[in-house]
Amino acid sequence: MNALYSELQWLPRPPRDFPARLKALAHASDPLGREFQSLALPALDLNQLTRLAKAIDREREAGKSLAPLAPFRLAVLSNSTIDMIVPALVASAARHGVALEVIQPSYDQVAQEALTPDSRINSAKPDAVLFALDYRALPLKLVPGDAETSTRVVDAALDYLQSLCSGIKAHSTAVCILQNFVPPPETLFGSLDRALPGTLRHHLDAINRELASLTFQSGHVLLDIAGLAETVGLANWHNPQLWNMAKFAFSGELIPLYADHVARTIAAIRGKSAKALILDLDNTVWGGVIGDDGLEGIHIAQGDARGEAHLAVQRLALDLRQRGIVLAVCSKNTDEIARQPFEKQPEMLLRLDHIAVFQANWNDKASNIQAIAEALSLGLDAMVFLDDNPVERGLVRQLLPQVRVPELPEDPAGYARTLAAAGYFEATAFAAEDLQRAGFYQDNARRATLQKQMGGVDAYLASLDMTITFQPFDATGRARIVQLINKSNQYNLTTRRYTGPEILEAENDPHVFTLQVRLADIFGDNGMISVVICRPAAEGVWDIDTWLMSCRVLGRKVEHMVLAEILRHARAAGICKLTGTYKPTERNQLVVDHYARLGFVKVAEETSGLTRWEMNVHSASPEQAPMKIVSQGFAAAGETLHA
Amino acid sequence: MDEQQIYARLAEIFEDVFDDDSIQVTPDLSAKDVDGWDSLSHIRLILTVEKAFKIKFSTSEIGKLENVGDLAALIKARI
Repeated sequence: MNALYSELQWLPRPPRDFPARLKALAHASDPLGREFQSLALPALDLNQLTRLAKAIDREREAGKSLAPLAPFRLAVLSNSTIDMIVPALVASAARHGVALEVIQPSYDQVAQEALTPDSRINSAKPDAVLFALDYRALPLKLVPGDAETSTRVVDAALDYLQSLCSGIKAHSTAVCILQNFVPPPETLFGSLDRALPGTLRHHLDAINRELASLTFQSGHVLLDIAGLAETVGLANWHNPQLWNMAKFAFSGELIPLYADHVARTIAAIRGKSAKALILDLDNTVWGGVIGDDGLEGIHIAQGDARGEAHLAVQRLALDLRQRGIVLAVCSKNTDEIARQPFEKQPEMLLRLDHIAVFQANWNDKASNIQAIAEALSLGLDAMVFLDDNPVERGLVRQLLPQVRVPELPEDPAGYARTLAAAGYFEATAFAAEDLQRAGFYQDNARRATLQKQMGGVDAYLASLDMTITFQPFDATGRARIVQLINKSNQYNLTTRRYTGPEILEAENDPHVFTLQVRLADIFGDNGMISVVICRPAAEGVWDIDTWLMSCRVLGRKVEHMVLAEILRHARAAGICKLTGTYKPTERNQLVVDHYARLGFVKVAEETSGLTRWEMNVHSASPEQAPMKIVSQGFAAAGETLHA
Repeated sequence: MDEQQIYARLAEIFEDVFDDDSIQVTPDLSAKDVDGWDSLSHIRLILTVEKAFKIKFSTSEIGKLENVGDLAALIKARI
């Protein structure tokens, strides 16, 4: 079975303390909606969904408020056993912002319930009635080759379904949600079944086609379960053992997926579908890092497998925009550089005039997403944020829990499919004005004003459990050091390029202080992310010849920790003063204030924009960041460095 | 996986399926001893066991299960 679908892989994995958090709810004060929604967010399995639903029902019965979840009463009529599905529906609805109450009449009472005015369903005044019918609910006589009777069989089935809807319409104000029918994988003739009137597959094809147009015209809602079953495979969907034992219409493993689809449909009816897609750029919209790799270096071309994966993301974004979804950009980049591919790279499908708000800067993404939502006058719960970086996803989920942030697979080839599978933009109807909606927001990729920095970033960073490792240059790190020195453009103070032999020379020179820095966190090892070279200048002075960092770890105070490490070694070596230079290039605007932020004093400024800085080693006290420090391989260096 | 490990895993599964961390999972334990162990949660239990141990039971095997001892024996024979 394809795990993307069966395990809802666009959702984060459930936390280990799920049972404890569930228990803690019994003593929490209401309203409980937010906490329930947060508990429902991960990809819960059937047991976890059942436990969560039990807690929701218990708190509701105790009279606790489930605000801000939107109340919704759903009646479910089925010819199969749905007892195991109902709790999954309640819990999955919380994931989509709905406090669902399910009205479930006795087993297989479909017609009686729909057609009797004072039936349990009709008197319960539900908001919607879900006809969760399986093909075995229909009297589908097989008449292979008999076209005339075949038409009658199909018409009779459709009449039956229509009469059910009419019954509900006559006796209540509920919307009807009609599931279409999943054909079993077994065929009678083989391929001929599809073509030959009177076979089961032919019957069901005809019924499904008619049902789609009926619901489309009548204002009822179609739930395309046949499409869902096709996606996961008919043989995975149907489980004869479970049907025989307990009249389950489909495999138990797929209940969480089914329930999420029902829940997203209900959320769509309640107007809770997302309206905007916010895109990260580097390694999301294109492969590579524009600030470092440049226009020629990023992967976006046809014929380049990596580029095509990102083109598929662009294609999907563009298609969504055409159906009315607003597009925005949120990227850690220098604005002009981030706009270049949109303006100058001919293979890009997305253009600046497709983007309503273009937010490229070096602030945290949560603040930027908030600014985008305000600029668009849309709620945070209408936002979907697509980013390849798990740290950014985690930050946004933690600080802005209403924003929908899909998990993404390792391979960008799966990005577009994962975003589509999440179903954030589910709609039950389509109007002509939807076509123009994305245009209403258009203002030529304007920028939104950041209100203020979000609180809570530091707490999130602390939760990442970071370990920073400092080492002098060595043989193991050399290749990567050379690569970083020759590739890094953005977080690079002097942009001095060195060859392998030159680096080896620095490594072996006892007067030169070198630093390679690695960073690991709960998401894994980021590898080498920073390189520093200090050379002796005057007596007691180190000049920072090279200082660069990967932008992937920006905003984590790595530079403060690196400074602290440099100072520690400088003191041990009897150094009194550090000097540093910012040498401007087209790409390194990002670090214009690097030394100022770290507490250096500016001592010179040239017309070229080049600035020189100093720091007193003994009085400096750099900011500390929440991470574990490992410093190794320096033992001998401490003494020998003393020039 | 030895018997002890099977029972340890079953204890986690029972807590998850019956939403109750006080169940003592012993060979004698059967449906009548556990609140909410009806025919439907029995199927949920079986589905969970099948997934956790990556095995499949036949319809008749499921029908013959009398207690946890039977279940553990069936798992042991299969993994």
